[in-house]
Amino acid sequence: MKKYDAIVIGAGHNGLTNAAYLAKAGLKVLVLERNSYVGGATVSRELYKDWIYSNCSYVCSLLRPEIYRTLNLAKYGLQVVPYGGSVTMAENGDFLGSYIDHDVSRRELERHNARDADASLRFDTDIMRQCRLIRPFLMRTPPDPTSFKPWDLMQLLDFGREFLKLGEDVIYDTVRFYTMSIAEYLDEYFESDLIKANFAGPGIIGTALGVMSPGTSYVLLHHAMGDVDGSMGAWGFARGGMGAIANAMAACFQDHGGEIMTDAGVDQIIVKSGRVTGVALENGDEHYADLVVSNLDPKRTFLKLMDEKDLEPSFVEKARNFKIRGSSGKLNIALDGLPEFPQLGKDNPLIAGDMHFMDSVERLERAYDDWKNGTWSKDPYVDMLIPTLTDPTMAPPGKHYMSVFVQYVPPKVHGRDWTDEDRDAFGQTVIDQIANYSPNFKDLILHTEVRTPREIEDEVGLTEGNIFQGELTMDQLFFNRPFPGFAQYRGPVKGMYMCGSATHPGGGVMAAPGANAAREILRDLRRPNTVPEGWTDD
Amino acid sequence: MTDSKRVIIVGGGHNGLVCATYLAKGGKEVIVLEAANEMGGAAVTREFSPGFKVSACAHLLNLLDPTIETELALKSHGLRLAKTNLKTIALAEDGNHLQIDGNRVSGGGVSDSDTTALVKYRRRMDRFAKLLGRLYSRKPPRIGVSNPSDLFGAAKLALDMRLLGREDMREFLRIAGINIYDILEEYFDSPLLKGALSFDGVLGTHLGPRSNNSVFTTLHRMSGRIGGKQGALAYPAGGMGAVTAALAAAAASKGVTLRTASPVARILVDGDRVTGVELEGGEQISADTVVSNADPRTTFFKLIGARNLDAGFVRKIQHIRMRGNAAKLHLALKTLPTFTGVEPDQLGERLVIAPDSAYVERAFDHAKYGEYSSSPALEITIPSIHDASLAPDGQHVLSAIVQYAPYELKGGWEAGREAFTNVVLDQLSRYAPDIRQQITHTELLTPADIEREFRITGGHWHHGELALDQALMMRPVPGAAQYATPLSGLFLCGAGCHPGGGVMGHAGRNAATAVLSGGSR
Repeated sequence: MKKYDAIVIGAGHNGLTNAAYLAKAGLKVLVLERNSYVGGATVSRELYKDWIYSNCSYVCSLLRPEIYRTLNLAKYGLQVVPYGGSVTMAENGDFLGSYIDHDVSRRELERHNARDADASLRFDTDIMRQCRLIRPFLMRTPPDPTSFKPWDLMQLLDFGREFLKLGEDVIYDTVRFYTMSIAEYLDEYFESDLIKANFAGPGIIGTALGVMSPGTSYVLLHHAMGDVDGSMGAWGFARGGMGAIANAMAACFQDHGGEIMTDAGVDQIIVKSGRVTGVALENGDEHYADLVVSNLDPKRTFLKLMDEKDLEPSFVEKARNFKIRGSSGKLNIALDGLPEFPQLGKDNPLIAGDMHFMDSVERLERAYDDWKNGTWSKDPYVDMLIPTLTDPTMAPPGKHYMSVFVQYVPPKVHGRDWTDEDRDAFGQTVIDQIANYSPNFKDLILHTEVRTPREIEDEVGLTEGNIFQGELTMDQLFFNRPFPGFAQYRGPVKGMYMCGSATHPGGGVMAAPGANAAREILRDLRRPNTVPEGWTDD
Repeated sequence: MTDSKRVIIVGGGHNGLVCATYLAKGGKEVIVLEAANEMGGAAVTREFSPGFKVSACAHLLNLLDPTIETELALKSHGLRLAKTNLKTIALAEDGNHLQIDGNRVSGGGVSDSDTTALVKYRRRMDRFAKLLGRLYSRKPPRIGVSNPSDLFGAAKLALDMRLLGREDMREFLRIAGINIYDILEEYFDSPLLKGALSFDGVLGTHLGPRSNNSVFTTLHRMSGRIGGKQGALAYPAGGMGAVTAALAAAAASKGVTLRTASPVARILVDGDRVTGVELEGGEQISADTVVSNADPRTTFFKLIGARNLDAGFVRKIQHIRMRGNAAKLHLALKTLPTFTGVEPDQLGERLVIAPDSAYVERAFDHAKYGEYSSSPALEITIPSIHDASLAPDGQHVLSAIVQYAPYELKGGWEAGREAFTNVVLDQLSRYAPDIRQQITHTELLTPADIEREFRITGGHWHHGELALDQALMMRPVPGAAQYATPLSGLFLCGAGCHPGGGVMGHAGRNAATAVLSGGSR
């Protein structure tokens, strides 16, 4: 059997990125994918004839521009199309729109609350400052604060210096920002409940925390720190669906001599005398390499693919205690035409952006209470988009594809596994909520795919269906991600590495974990680095 | 110009008294002005029904700084602990209670693995709490300025953390910012054990067990060493009022002038410096230095006035979160109550109704929306068991902290008090079935009552929510966290400053050091 330099388990966007950089450095790399298609959760699928669904991740902003450029993804067909605007529709028939044009957006805020319109300038500046602060650290390996190694000490010192440069006031703001709840943080700026609800949404997407839970300000930041074409905080569609990203990465990888095997689910990572030697597939085949990189989440990697006897008990405990927690669901809907939203008036351009139905922080928090009580939110928070208004290639002319991301959906229903009836009832809850704001919506539905954490786990392999491969809380960020002492992409046995979203800097289609892991691998191999390092701000 | 030796302290709570005594020891001429008719602020023992006395707010002593106890010779001024090392009895409705005694747990059908886990949990948490406690006896460093003593403070903190050893340091950095619910899930199975331990993390706060920050508040609560034991609980003879009485006696012995019934109407300001105070009666007392033991919002908005401060600072003060969530229940009882399954010798311990952490979390959910808990969590003590002076012969008082009772109750407390009192008594009756028949008088102090009676904004015992964004160099707000304030001559010494609430005295002592070192920002 052929021996490879490295085997990457899982062809998600991080696995492919990691493999591409290793291949670029001249390594012979094999990527193994359980499904018959690549992409993991960065995928486009035709689940209804002539409709392409971005059926997991659905929008793009976090993908690091350094990676986009150095892997030359444009050449391999990736095109990111920015979209603009968003709207939050209130129960009372009013709405709050956010437009690309700053003046229009400001007038809209003023329509609701003149003081909040002023405060939004402060808010935007402060968020932007936090984004600028964190971005340089996305493409860097976290230092280990307990280490006395020169590299770690240098990094820590450097980190400390950067931090102190901010000056006293900004340092305090930063610490507060990382520890506060998004609801409390917004209380410091805004008065209008609708405005607060509008800004609070990104603080909970993908996370099992409520808007009133301390720590959610950071989650908001996680959704604001990306960019499209250098425009920070902007979001876009990958033309043809999110799969275009993974496909471009795969093409780049193959162009550099990489090999991808689909329908090749890994059953076990083989460890011999304390180091990895390869993997055994579910079909019995074995493939060998001195390096094995896992793009899967830590629970799947260490508790399922590895033998407990190959690991320290304290490490197993860390893997068990790692908090994954599914909290999201998704509906993908094929529509016969464009749904109407009467409260927005006719031909309102806002329907081309994110749409939400929410008008108070309390309503958002109550949605979380349902999750805590073991059920999906009865009045959920949705982030709804009609990508076909921006990218008509995803549905036949005149027809539309709608992507509805839903928060909160628990990994289990009242402690038991999901059933098909539960799933359908959940889907109905969401459809009913949309129909409350769009009277013709139900009549337009041609096909619906409902995804609960069960479907996401079964199809994509994400434990509990968590879109970030693990909660974005302080105990699991930066040098704690995924576990303290294991944040530098190296696994617990020799030759084993991690490159998924469960490593720094976390989830979203960012590809930074995959790239950072490749850099560490090349360093261990004493190979020239192919991964962009540091910060290239335009 | 006034006499630069004179210092006026606004408020005779425990921190004000501690501060006053240290200042007098440092050679200052100190006057403490207390609005109420006796010293003590919220740490008082007061009669709530003829012949029945009780500690009005906090009812157990756990955080009092042993250094202060020694330096101010509080024992010789009358401080005596009637009971040390109180155990916690986690009440179960079926009477199969769990008893927690330090790192030992028994009863309640607790498993062997939980017994072992508690030893491990306490060992780690005690170490972390000790680390935190070490930060408490000094002023928080200012970060981002190159002041040698601040750099030293930060370096010392880093070193202390390193000294935990690698594994514990990693664990500390992992858990310090998160919630107690998750940590307890990692260690334990027993719902009763998790319920009681999670309640420790949220007492007096606007947090549920699942709220991040609740590990920090748990460690805060464990940071004391009363009776020489980390994280222990004690009951002072004579109630909390006896603690402040000892502090007042210590202050008097150093020549501090103590004036009761002297409410301060405002702090006098000339430009950017203070010049003295004016009492509600109109009397003015001049001084170059004024130290406020009042909460930051009262100090800056009521006593100073926003117009004397810059807008950015005013906004910070406005944003301090200080809405109380804890109510206090006082019952005068004809006889000793019976709790199902509680042995007579356990009755004097700390009884907790928090059957599991999800229960506490659900109780908190109500508070988020301005409702009181439909099934509240309670910390119950019967102090008259240890201290006969609190009730007439053979009769007893029950004192309980009840959560959650949000300060801003929808519909207001005037309308809500009676209904909530009934909810609480119903809950109590589930565990002590005959209690209603034994009650001769009931008092429920809501946060609104606590605000009115003790002049604490929001009725928040800690003078501001304890949370990472309101701790250390951010407590009460950056710019006033080293006890000195933007106004020259004005200092803070209350629980609103580092290290926060609980009858500890650190804030008073640290503030005195700041005043004596001529503290400027």
